[in-house]
Amino acid sequence: MAIFDLLEEIYFALSANKIRSFLTVLGIVIGIGSVIAMVSIGQGAQGSIQSSIQSIGSNLVIVTPGAQRGVGVQVSAGRGSAQTLTQADADAIQKEISSIKQIAPELTRRYQITAKGQNTNTSITGTTPAYPEVRNIAVGEGSFIDAQQMASYSKVAVIGPTVRDDLFGQGAEALGQSIKINGVIFKIVGITQAKGGSGFNNPDDIVYVPLTTAQRFLAGDAYVTTISIEAQDQSSMASVQQQITILLLERHKISDPAAADFGVLTQADIVATASTVTSTFTILLASIAGISLLVGGIGIMNMMLTTVTERTREIGLRKAIGAKKRDINLQFLMEAITLTFLGGMIGVGLGWLLAYLVSLFAGIATSVSWSSVFLAFGVSAAIGVVFGYYPARRASQLNPIEALRYE
Amino acid sequence: MIEISDITKLYKNENVEFLALKNVSFKINDGEFVAIMGPSGSGKSTLMHILGALDTPTSGRYLLDGQDVALLTEDELADIRKNKIGFVFQSFNLLPRASVIRNVYLPLVYSGVSKEERVRIAEEKLSATGLPETHFHHLSNQLSGGQMQRVAIARALINNPSLILADEPTGNLDTKTGDLILETFKKLNDAGHTIVLITHEPEVARHAKRIIHIRDGSILKDEILR
Ligand SMILES: Nc1ncnc2c1ncn2[C@@H]1O[C@H](COP(=O)(O)OP(=O)(O)OP(=O)(O)O)[C@@H](O)[C@H]1O
Ligand SMILES: [Mg+2]
Repeated sequence: MAIFDLLEEIYFALSANKIRSFLTVLGIVIGIGSVIAMVSIGQGAQGSIQSSIQSIGSNLVIVTPGAQRGVGVQVSAGRGSAQTLTQADADAIQKEISSIKQIAPELTRRYQITAKGQNTNTSITGTTPAYPEVRNIAVGEGSFIDAQQMASYSKVAVIGPTVRDDLFGQGAEALGQSIKINGVIFKIVGITQAKGGSGFNNPDDIVYVPLTTAQRFLAGDAYVTTISIEAQDQSSMASVQQQITILLLERHKISDPAAADFGVLTQADIVATASTVTSTFTILLASIAGISLLVGGIGIMNMMLTTVTERTREIGLRKAIGAKKRDINLQFLMEAITLTFLGGMIGVGLGWLLAYLVSLFAGIATSVSWSSVFLAFGVSAAIGVVFGYYPARRASQLNPIEALRYE
Repeated sequence: MIEISDITKLYKNENVEFLALKNVSFKINDGEFVAIMGPSGSGKSTLMHILGALDTPTSGRYLLDGQDVALLTEDELADIRKNKIGFVFQSFNLLPRASVIRNVYLPLVYSGVSKEERVRIAEEKLSATGLPETHFHHLSNQLSGGQMQRVAIARALINNPSLILADEPTGNLDTKTGDLILETFKKLNDAGHTIVLITHEPEVARHAKRIIHIRDGSILKDEILR
């Protein structure tokens, strides 16, 4: 049987019952479409999380305080709230660890700030002049905190654009104005460039002050909440991480590394952790969508079995006039594959559209990868083979004379 | 050449058991024009299905062109049906919702004949049955019984088979159209095709050169007319 004739037969067979063919295809369209859309949302999330992690700096090693854990005892204080890192730790790291390019300890707490009767509650980060370079922050107007301001406990502040907009109004002139942080008056000397981002970790909704000032006038102690370190290069990150761990364990007099009261993370660790989370998320989404694909496949099988029963006499006739088993088998298998392939094609389009709409209306980044498109085609054709195989086999094995007598 | 010896056919279902053919033996040479005649239920259609390699006898031997049909594989049987045999079924067995032309050329689809060629041959064979050309593109289920019968005959002739098995091919036709069909068969026979015509009407059987009378699954008489 020539390929063109086969296609013609398939066309006639499928168009004989358009609604049924359409509904069956719809099952596959929804299955493939949701797989594509879900995977694109997952991959989009992965991409945007990774790029936001990359944007916080390069070759970054971050030291955070953590509750000291006794053996078998869970102390219920979250990482970050514990006060185990001090200014002295930061100084020791700077002095004793090699392959460090920059170090920027910080003390971040939330305070109420007011200016001209407006007030807002935001993160106040006390830090050192190295911070912009380590954490990839650019100053738009004015300048960042300098060493002299550090040394003299100056009450100066560099604010993020969101804070400026909240306190002084959208895009208003804020340089040189005064703000009151926790009752202490600070003078604005710089405004950072907008970095973008939203939610509770908005890099633009932040106020920077000298670390010394923050420790003396705001926190009243010499603890730090994070120490950011820029390693010399990518290859030295692991060694920096290791050296810091050893140094701090020694300084904190802890012999068991598992009981450390601090954490040392490299940027790569953060990316890896985020990746496992987002890929689990992607797999979860894809498998939910995969179930609808499976249901679509069962729909194909159901339709093909019905078709074979309905067309028993036709199959008998075809065999009587010389069709071989293989001809009948191929015809019905190809009918199933045509349905799923058609469904796959429309489904890819639908998935693409869904992904586009999601990023348009929900603001979630999506990315439809070619690999998921090709996979969808492969999977839909495979579904046709798998779910079409049994009905086609049944058709091809019919005895011609019994099939002709079938009512 | 058809050679059957001691053929029996036992239909056996859950509830009934029926011996439709009882020790039937005969020989039909190439180029013969044979009518198989008998009353309803005598086993004519059963015999035709066996002769056409569609069904297998319960016992006995069937040699078609010297080959024992029982020893052939399914694919070899399909090839024989495709290349050597043209069937006209008693109940036509046309594809519903398919055009007349498509019904007629369907066997050629399996022999790999090109579409233009198929349509051309189908039109030629349909004309030979006297079906008006206006009906060539009708759907087969929009035809009258007699028209369906003519489509079924045209389909049987499409692959130019050496053996034509026709089960009551004139059953639904008026005398004039019936005569046209019988005339077509006669011409085919003159051209060397073997024709086996199944009927219960003596007037129709008389067009053949030989009549095999069958009753209750057994041969009653084998009559040579000319
Ligand atoms: N599949 C079957 N199962 C059981 N019995 C059957 C089957 N097919 C035919 N028979 C029986 O075999 C006998 C012969 O049937 P067949 O169809 O060969 O008759 P026929 O001579 O062609 O009759 P008609 O002229 O009415 O077409 C009938 O009595 C019928 O009931
Ligand atoms: Mg009959």
